[in-house]
Amino acid sequence: MRAGLVLKETGVGLRRNLSLTIAVIITVAVTLTLVGAGLLIRRQIEDMKDFWYDKINVSIYLCGNSSPEPTCAGQAVTQAQRDTIRSQLEAMPIVKQVYYESSAQAYTNYKKLFKNSPDLVKNVDPTALPESFRVKLTDPQKFDVIRTQFAGEQGVQLVQTQSDVLRKLFRLLHGFQAGAFAFAIGLVVAAALLIFNTIRIAAYSRRRETGIMRLVGASRLYVQLPFLLEGAVVGFIGAAIGAGVLVLLKWLFVDKGLRPNIPAINFIGWDWVPTVLPLLALAAVAFSVVASFVTVQRYTRV
Amino acid sequence: MITFESVSKTYPTSPRPALSGVTVTIAESQFVFLVGPSGSGKSTVLRLILREEKPTGGRVVIMDTDVARLPSRKIPALRRQIGVVFQDFRLLPNRTVRQNVAFALEVIGKSRAAVRELVPETLELVGLQGKADRMPDELSGGEQQRVAIARAYVNRPRILLADEPTGNLDPATSVGLMKLLDRINRTGTTVIMATHDSQIVDSMRRRVIELDAGHVVRDQARGVYGYAP
Repeated sequence: MRAGLVLKETGVGLRRNLSLTIAVIITVAVTLTLVGAGLLIRRQIEDMKDFWYDKINVSIYLCGNSSPEPTCAGQAVTQAQRDTIRSQLEAMPIVKQVYYESSAQAYTNYKKLFKNSPDLVKNVDPTALPESFRVKLTDPQKFDVIRTQFAGEQGVQLVQTQSDVLRKLFRLLHGFQAGAFAFAIGLVVAAALLIFNTIRIAAYSRRRETGIMRLVGASRLYVQLPFLLEGAVVGFIGAAIGAGVLVLLKWLFVDKGLRPNIPAINFIGWDWVPTVLPLLALAAVAFSVVASFVTVQRYTRV
Repeated sequence: MITFESVSKTYPTSPRPALSGVTVTIAESQFVFLVGPSGSGKSTVLRLILREEKPTGGRVVIMDTDVARLPSRKIPALRRQIGVVFQDFRLLPNRTVRQNVAFALEVIGKSRAAVRELVPETLELVGLQGKADRMPDELSGGEQQRVAIARAYVNRPRILLADEPTGNLDPATSVGLMKLLDRINRTGTTVIMATHDSQIVDSMRRRVIELDAGHVVRDQARGVYGYAP
């Protein structure tokens, strides 16, 4: 086996179908970018879930003097009701911790939260904010249990959780992720067909050479290797470009676009570059080689 | 060297067998003409020897190997023992004479040194020593066929198959080519040549195997063409 000759054949093959070669490279690159984006979004979702669910409280607001809810019966929560609710909460296995926030504490927190907007603070009656129980759950996703149990209880004005907002956000992100993967699947099919076509045309344009190779007794590997290398080279270039685009997009959207504007969210960093990218690139190269191999089996006889 | 034992071959696309019950033995360093009308099975015989096809019945034994039972990864080794020349030369148009001949050695992994030694030697044998750097389309038909023979012979195969090698050549050129094939045969290479060229067969006086509709109808040690179209 003479490596130089095989590599020369590979180079000739790639140049001969330059337009198709470029098409394959672009398709592989875009596919890899989308798969990578899908994976990154998923990672972001997981990170945010860990971060947020840890902080999530279910708030059980108790009735105030003028609460209109029927469970309040037009009067503020009584000490007896307050104690019942607390002991019921503490008896539930999914409840990790219960904090009580009085009306006055709520006002203090409110002032802290809106310290930059004095108008908002000025317009709120210090006694108007409802007292509440803040409940931490062992499994934050099970807040509905709390809601069903306490929503109709006497003395409870409202059961609320930040999860409602987060759920919408997560649904949106899941949507992005599913979209990216769906696109990626379509592109994987397109890439397979393109590679199939490229190698088929390469095999056709080299049929004179391969025919003679066969007759003079070149081994199967020698005949097919240039085609497989073509697949590998195209896959590698496509993967490299795709990885570059992914890094660029992450930097542009997350680091430049989102992070400065939404400081509350802990966005993903760069730790995936050495772990996820090489695997993706390897998968892209392997995919191209396998697609080439399948084609070559069909279009070069031995 | 080559033995056909009641070989039949039926192609899936044709109801009529291309060969039926062919039994022939060709000894080492023989020169054999295969004659017969178009479609009589000459090319099928060559394709069976090259193991491009498997027989549908009987056995084809080449150098003590039943080719039908040869695993496909061993086919290249068989073909390295067999050189082939065609009527249409089948040279690579974008390579020089030297590169065309070297190609046959390079693709079977021969070393650079072997290529440097064997290619000029073989070009000299076929009488093209001064034309190594020409492109195929700058050569005459006879010269192109000599390049094809050089390519087929450069690895010193033990069998040389020629499928109508003079079919595209004028009679004078054909004579020169036959002298070359004769010279190769005298080095001990078995030569099997399928042909329609009665003049050549008659003048060479070598073994003639005549096929008709897939049957051997004549096998003469020093035959003539003898087939009336």
